[in-house]
Parts: sequence; C-alpha cells; structure tokens
Amino acid sequence: MDAQHKESPFSGEFNKRLKQRYQAQQRFKLLGISAIMFALAFLAFLLITIISNGYSAFRQTYVELTVNFEKSIFEGEDLARANYQALINRALDEKFPDVEGRRAKRTLHGMISTGARYQLMDMVQDDPGLIGTTQTIWVPADDDIDMFMKGYVDMSQPESDRRIKDQQAQWIQTWIDNNMIKLRFNRTFFTSGDSRDPELAGIWAAVKGSFYTLVITLALSFPMGVAAAIYLEEFAPVNRITSLIEININNLAAVPSIIFGLLGLAIFINFWGIPRSTPLVGGLVLTLMTLPTIIIAARASLKSVPPSIREAALGVGASKIQTVFHHVLPLAMPGMLTGTIIGMAQALGETAPLLMIGMVAFIVDIPGGFTDPAAALPVQIYLWADSPERGFTEKTSAAIMVLLAFLVTMNALAVYMRKKFEITW
Amino acid sequence: MIYSFLFPLILLLAAAAFWLGYSRSLKIADNLGGIKNLHSLPRHYGMMTALAGLLPALLIYLIWVSVQTGVVDARIISELPESLKVETKGQNALLLNDIKNTVAGRGSIGHDPAIDEVAQRYKQIRDNYRMVVSAVILLLMAGLTTYSYRAISNTLRARNIVEGIIKTVLMLCSAVAILTTLGIVLSVLFESIRFFRIIPIRDFLFGLSWSPQMAIRADQVGSSGAFGAIPIFAGTFMIASIAMMVAIPVGLLSAIYLSEFANKKFRTVAKPLLEILAGIPTVVYGFFAALTVAPLIRDAGGFIGLSVASESALAAGLVMGIMIIPFVSSLSDDVIHAVPQALRDGSYGLGATKFETVRYVIFPAALPGIVGGILLAVSRAVGETMIVVMAAGLAANLTANPLEAVTTVTVQIVTLLVGDQEFDSPKTLAAFALGLILFIFTLCLNAIALYVVRKYREQYE
Repeated sequence: MDAQHKESPFSGEFNKRLKQRYQAQQRFKLLGISAIMFALAFLAFLLITIISNGYSAFRQTYVELTVNFEKSIFEGEDLARANYQALINRALDEKFPDVEGRRAKRTLHGMISTGARYQLMDMVQDDPGLIGTTQTIWVPADDDIDMFMKGYVDMSQPESDRRIKDQQAQWIQTWIDNNMIKLRFNRTFFTSGDSRDPELAGIWAAVKGSFYTLVITLALSFPMGVAAAIYLEEFAPVNRITSLIEININNLAAVPSIIFGLLGLAIFINFWGIPRSTPLVGGLVLTLMTLPTIIIAARASLKSVPPSIREAALGVGASKIQTVFHHVLPLAMPGMLTGTIIGMAQALGETAPLLMIGMVAFIVDIPGGFTDPAAALPVQIYLWADSPERGFTEKTSAAIMVLLAFLVTMNALAVYMRKKFEITW
Repeated sequence: MIYSFLFPLILLLAAAAFWLGYSRSLKIADNLGGIKNLHSLPRHYGMMTALAGLLPALLIYLIWVSVQTGVVDARIISELPESLKVETKGQNALLLNDIKNTVAGRGSIGHDPAIDEVAQRYKQIRDNYRMVVSAVILLLMAGLTTYSYRAISNTLRARNIVEGIIKTVLMLCSAVAILTTLGIVLSVLFESIRFFRIIPIRDFLFGLSWSPQMAIRADQVGSSGAFGAIPIFAGTFMIASIAMMVAIPVGLLSAIYLSEFANKKFRTVAKPLLEILAGIPTVVYGFFAALTVAPLIRDAGGFIGLSVASESALAAGLVMGIMIIPFVSSLSDDVIHAVPQALRDGSYGLGATKFETVRYVIFPAALPGIVGGILLAVSRAVGETMIVVMAAGLAANLTANPLEAVTTVTVQIVTLLVGDQEFDSPKTLAAFALGLILFIFTLCLNAIALYVVRKYREQYE
C-alpha cells in the first residue's frame, strides 16, 4: 500500500488525507490487538495465580515420631477407645524433654495434626501385635507447621501476629536438623473427604459426588436430548406446538442456572420428596439445565447430514423411522457426542443450582451411591474458598487445578472427536 | 423383597416378552412358508410385545416413585398415636424426619421409644404399599404381554404400531422443554404468591430498605423485617453495568479484529484461547475475584487515597465482565460473518480502507445482531451467581459508588435459601419472589434478543 501511494498522481492534500485514513486504521487495529491482549493477559494472570497458589498443596509436611505403643494405654478391650493422643504427646515430650509448663506443652502437642491419632488407631487395629513395641512413623503436621515449611509464614512480623511462634520455629529447626520433618506427596488430598483441618481435607468425596451426579445427568439428558432433537428435526410438523417447543428450548438455554436450582428445590425436593444433598437430585437439576445445550447441538448435527442420505433410504423402501435410526442417526452421532461432552463439561463446572438443593453441606464421608449426601467438586471449591485458614486457600487452588484438568480433558476429547469423525460431504 | 429388584425385573420381563413375540412371529412365518409372508419383520413383533408391557409398567413405576413419600407420610400422620400428635405442619415435618431417621437406622441416642413403634409401623405401611405396587405392575405386565402375544398374526401391522409408539416417545421427550418451563414458572410463582400475601407487592418492588431477618418471636425488637427490593435491583444493575462496560468494548473489538484484520495464524491461536475464558467455571472466577482482584483493587485504591470496600462492586463487575468477553465476541463474530462478502467488496471498490469498511458498512449492517448478542450477555450478567456470591457483599446498600459493597438478586437468593429453611417464613419465600423477578427479567431480555437476532438474519437469506 505504501509503495502505491508514494507514486500517486493525486494532489498533496489527497495524499495527506489518505495517510490520515490509514493512520486511523492503524489505531483501530492497535485497539483490537490490545483488547485481545487484555483478555489473554487476564487469562494468564488467573491461571498463574491459581497454579502458584495451589501447586504446593500437592505436597504435605510430615513429621517423624518415635512412638512407644505402651501396653498400659491398651488396658480396655476396645482398641478404638484407647488414648492414642497420649502416645503422640509422650513421643513429643520425649523428643523435647526440656519443654516445661502446660502452655508450652500444649503448643508442642498441637504441632501434630489431629489426624495422627486415627493413623495410629488404624495401625493398631490392622496389627494388634504392635502393642508393646516402639515404632518410627511419619505423621502429618498441623496446617500451621505445613504453611511454615512451605514458606508462607512471614517471620519478620512481631511474634504475636504470627501463627508460628519463635519457640515453635526452634522446635521445627531441631526437626530439620535431625532430618525428621519433610514435605512428601500429599496422598490425603486425593483419597479423603472434607475436613475442618486443612491438612486432612481431600477432594475424593467431592470427585465421587460429582461423578455420581454426572452419571445421572448423562443417563437422562443424552437419550432425552437426542430423542427431542430427532423429533424436532425429522418428524415435527410445522405448527404452533412445535414452534412453542422451539421457543422454550431457546429460552431455557439462556435461563440463569440458579433458577433451575429453585425448580429443583420446589419440585424435586419439596414436592416429590427426593432427599436433599444427594447426587440424584443434583443430577436431575443438571439434566434439565444441560438438555437445551444437547438438543441444540444434536439438531445442528442432524441438520448437517445431507438430505440425499434420507432420500436414498426412503427410495429403497425404508420407513421414516428406519431411515432416521439406521442411516441418519449413526452419521450424526459423532456431532451429538461432541455436543454432549461439552454439555457435561458445563454441568461439571456448575455450582449455583447445587447450592439451592443443599449440596453445600459439610460432608466427610465418601458417598457410595446416588442417594448418599454428597458434595460436588465445584461446591467443594466454594466451601473451601470461604474458609479463613491459609491452608485452605492452597487447597482451594489445588482443587481448582483438578477441576480444570477434568474440564480440559473433556473439552480436548470433544475437539479430538470432532476432528477424527468429522464427515465432509 | 421384590421391590428392590422391581426396576431390573421390569426390564428383564420386557426382554423376555421381546423374545416371545419374536419367536412366535417366526413360527407363524414358518407355517406360512417364510418371513416374506409376514406384514412386519420379526423384531417388530418382538418389540411390540415388549413395549406393550414395558411402557405402562414404567409409567406406573415412575408415578409411584414420585408420590410414594407423600402417600406414606400422609398415612403415618393420620395414624399417629395420641401421645405423638402435634399441632403444626412444621412439627409434623420434624417428627417425620425423626421417624425416617429411625427407619434408616440413624436414630438419635436417647430418643422416644414411641418413635420406635411408629417407625416400625412406618416400615410396615411402606412395605405393604410396595408389595401392592409391585404386584400391580407385574400382573399388568403379564396381562398386556399375553394380550399382545396372542394378537400376533401375519397380517398384524406391527411395524406401524411400534413406529407410532417410538414417534410418540420422541415427541414426549421434546415436550420436556415445555414441562421444564412450566415447572420453573409454577415453582417460583406459587411461593411468590404466598410471599406477596404477607408482603404487599408494592412494598417489595418499590421499597427502599432490605433486611430480610425476621425475629423468631413477635415481640422482639426489629422483628418486622424489611423487604424493599430496590437496593438489590440497583446493586444488580450496577454490577451488571460494570461487567458490560468491560465486556462490550473488549469483546466487540476482539471480534472485529479477529474476523476482519487478523491473519489466519493469529486467529487460529487467539480464538480458542479466548474461548477458554468461557469454559472456566464461574466458581473459579469467584475465587479469583474474592482472593486476588478485590484485594488488588482495594490496595490500589488505598494507594491513591480512595477507600475501597473489600467486597467492592468494581471487583465483582470487572471479573464478571472478563467472563462475558468470549460470549460477546463469539456472538458478534457470528453476525459479522453473516454480513455478505458483496457488501465488503462494494465498499472496497469505492476506495474505502478496511477500517472505513468496518466502520461504515459492516458495523451498521451487523448492529442489530450485535445488539441482540449484547442483550443475551446482559441477561447472563444479571443471572450470574457464583462470582457475586463470592466477591460481592451481603448488605443491601443503595449507592451509586462502585467502590462500595452492594448486593445482587442472585446473592440474596443464595443467602436466603442456603442453610436451614422454614417454608412458611417470608424470609424463605422472598427468595422465590426474587427468583420470579429474575426469571421474568431474563425471559424478556432473551425474547427481545432472539427476536432482534432472528429479524436481522432474515435480511440476507
């Protein structure tokens, strides 16, 4: 362009104007690029924040304890009732014999997670032969110690403002010097349910809850969505009822998700009496929410099958139903599946309607079925995000990373399927 | 015992019926000298036999499953011994809860032994009903299957019957959309009407103060509660406006740039990246807004001497705007693509630069579609829940200052409904009234948007 208007036969005035016009275009292009860059920069900022906050949650601080399983503790018949905390406290006292005074001792005992005693209990119940022996085991540290080991505690602040006191820092230093404290892979995070203590909290219960919910959603919304799409695309006569259905579907696709939660609360829970907080009712609500998405995708997919296929089938004597089910549907299936996966990904990330139907309860037990109370992964994120402990911020970010990993996998699968099975006519 | 296997049993019986019908039609065909003498294929006869029993059985099963709690509850309430009789509905609900917990083996320690007895009775009633229903379903299936089995003959138009049934099922599936809308309307409408009986609709729509806390006892101070929703509407409007101020320019500019100026390579990279923004769950945005953006804005405000609330409308609106960018940009992209190439070519032919073509030809031609897309985006901003629940305030503040904390319709619905609920108090019912307003508002926006978009699209087709 530049070369052309240098040789332009037109007047200087014209060239000046032309230059201005191109400058305006340049400014506009710059504006466009900066808009995109703004959005992408924000995306990068978000992901970096989440990852830098959350990656440390995959490792957890463990402390080595030499526990003497004294016989005197296990006097009673019931192994579950023994005072395991006393074992831990004694082990700590032996390690730091010069700690005097009740307060100092309590601080010292508080440095080990309250989950440690259950760990001991499980050990003894598995193998009662341990009683009377001395074992060296690794137990999880309290979340404050964990935060300190990960460098989140600012030791330059005055002592009263810190979660870790000078004395505790000294003890930790002793552990570090003796190689008795270290960061290990955090298995608890992937295998346990929610907990009030960040060091014991895990996402497995929420993942399972989400899984059960999505199974219901998929089992209901896929067949129903495909059936509805087939009817509307292949059979529906052009009349008022059909257009009413179409308007309804388009509208439902844009209704705020929280409204579906209200529907679930009023009809599924209060009217039908389905138990609250269960994957069953969550799945029903998410089914209604994802149906429009699936119907719209399935219809687009049916539309893309050329009419010649239908005409050929009808021409050799197939009935309308046979044409659709034997010829059109198999060709449209990849597109339908892609749309379904995307709908499922949406359902997996959805939180608001689940809050309405009580899936926000604090649930420690890992759900074992469709009618057990359960949380879902995004709801777990919401719950943890509300917790004040610094340890939960880390866990929240880590849970978000897990959720995003699921979503990325599902969307990648959808893209792969679209590429692999795409038919160009 | 039969009951827990009822559903699989129904399916099993249907499979058996299919096989029966299938083999009977084959036998008839053999007698007549081959399948060609049958009206339909053997599998159509099989399917007809199976569906004859299956559909009514499933229908009864579904109806029973959805009403059984209500029926059994009503029976047990009417049979309660004198010692347990209670006055109100709320107490009844508590009692039922106790009974059900005992039945499920989760009874609280030290509870009334009378409850144990009632729980036994409850179990008995429930099991009796289940027996009756199972028997009805199985007998009905057997009868209908036999009937259709007997009806099989070489002239029976089994395919037409089966196809008619399939078509009806397909139609019913698509009618679920209407049922859903109906369900939404009914569920919010009834509770809202109950709410408006307690709180006049004028006070709700035009009242200036919102504090839904109702006292438990009538004589407590400040027991009345206030249900004026104007501060909530104002807060919703403010956050949505901030979001749109971010989303419209950024979304529109990136759509125009990507479709008219960018080279193919840049487009194939940038477009999916932008769409990632739409795929991130809103709870993640909420966490990000509350933990990163809000403190950042507060600190920045403090740096230049402004006092910013830690749950400022600005933070929630800004993050919500980012979330809506891909929504605006992909909808605008669609309409810009729908502008015919001839319009562009005409403009270039007259000597316009690319920018001038965009500014004077494409943008005006695409404007109705863009407006429709923006309306859809607004409805999404208004109905967005998680970002505002996590990053916006709870107190209803009537203010025009985006640096203060405001609350929104969705935040109030969530706070009113999460936790313990009592379905007679205006506090809970208010959530449904807010839901009704939200539903009507978004419905109108969507209707207008769809109308505008559709009308525009027809111009070039």
